[in-house]
Amino acid sequence: MPGTGPLPMTFHSKTAAYLGGIRAACMSVFLVVLAGTYIGLGALAHDFGLSAFWLMLSTLLVWAAPAQVILISGIGTGAALLEVALAVTLSGIRLFPMVVALLPLVRDRDTRLRDLLLPTHFTSVSMWVESLRILPQLSPEHRLAFCNGLSTGYMGAAVSFGFVGYYLAAGLPPLLAATLLFLTPLSFLISTARNARIMMDKLALGLGLSLGALLTVMNLQFDLMWAGVGGGTLAYAIHRVREAMA
Amino acid sequence: MTAALAELWPFLVLITVGFLPNEIWRALGLVLARGLNEDSEIVMWSRAVATATLAGVIAKLLLFSNGSLAAIPLSVRLGAAVIGFIVFLVARRSVFAGVAAGEVLLLAGGYLFAN
Repeated sequence: MPGTGPLPMTFHSKTAAYLGGIRAACMSVFLVVLAGTYIGLGALAHDFGLSAFWLMLSTLLVWAAPAQVILISGIGTGAALLEVALAVTLSGIRLFPMVVALLPLVRDRDTRLRDLLLPTHFTSVSMWVESLRILPQLSPEHRLAFCNGLSTGYMGAAVSFGFVGYYLAAGLPPLLAATLLFLTPLSFLISTARNARIMMDKLALGLGLSLGALLTVMNLQFDLMWAGVGGGTLAYAIHRVREAMA
Repeated sequence: MTAALAELWPFLVLITVGFLPNEIWRALGLVLARGLNEDSEIVMWSRAVATATLAGVIAKLLLFSNGSLAAIPLSVRLGAAVIGFIVFLVARRSVFAGVAAGEVLLLAGGYLFAN
């Protein structure tokens, strides 16, 4: 909301903005979500005989919980590697539009390409949802540092909780493990709904949910891609038509 | 397979099957996002597609759960998600309230009806 008085969050330097990002990560609801998700993932990695170091590396490199779930359970159950790679890449498609939507927000006039490498790699659901909510309230020159701080906080927490889950795994009863795994879809659902500001976002959420369910039940190939591209395009088209009529 | 290869194998799989197929989409986004501004139509469309894809993942994780979550009946998983969402709406859009309510319901339902 430009022109509505002073910005709600101001920083004196880029370092302050970076630290502010870490602080925002520590106070965000996603910290609880990441804790649950990565404790669950740690338990899963332990069950499938992968090392704690491997789990840490997968968090740093892949940095996408759904892809990591697919990867770990795929390796663990001995699925064909090509099939696992395809499933990972399909789950990763959502990162492409996220990066496209995020970068214009963090970019300043004199931002170099290499400055964008970090936020690009850091892009994930939790960071994207929070960045789209918070960044517009910051002055453009501090957004990049804030975004990197936010992501550092999230990634550090994810790595730590992965270790916790890994070493908890032996003693975790199945019902509690199920509760931890349930955190991922539940928190993604509710936080995406909170982030839905305009009708288009709400439509995309509803259409993606119903198309995703329908296509998965129909056992269609590339179901995730069709749900995303189909549902998203339909939501966008309806938004355009409504705007044109208004 | 030699011992060294057997030890490196999980890391090779991580790079080729986990990292690269996932990172390619971020790289593509970086290349294509240059010169776009946040209100442009392609960015709006991208946001809609990202939201819908994420929603698709959510639906999939709820319907076809894996690991220990698969032992909780589908009706309990869906019921907990729906009621958690309603609590979120009622509790002035508090994510925490919605997630906590859904989790408590899943725990209770799982305890009573686990397969």
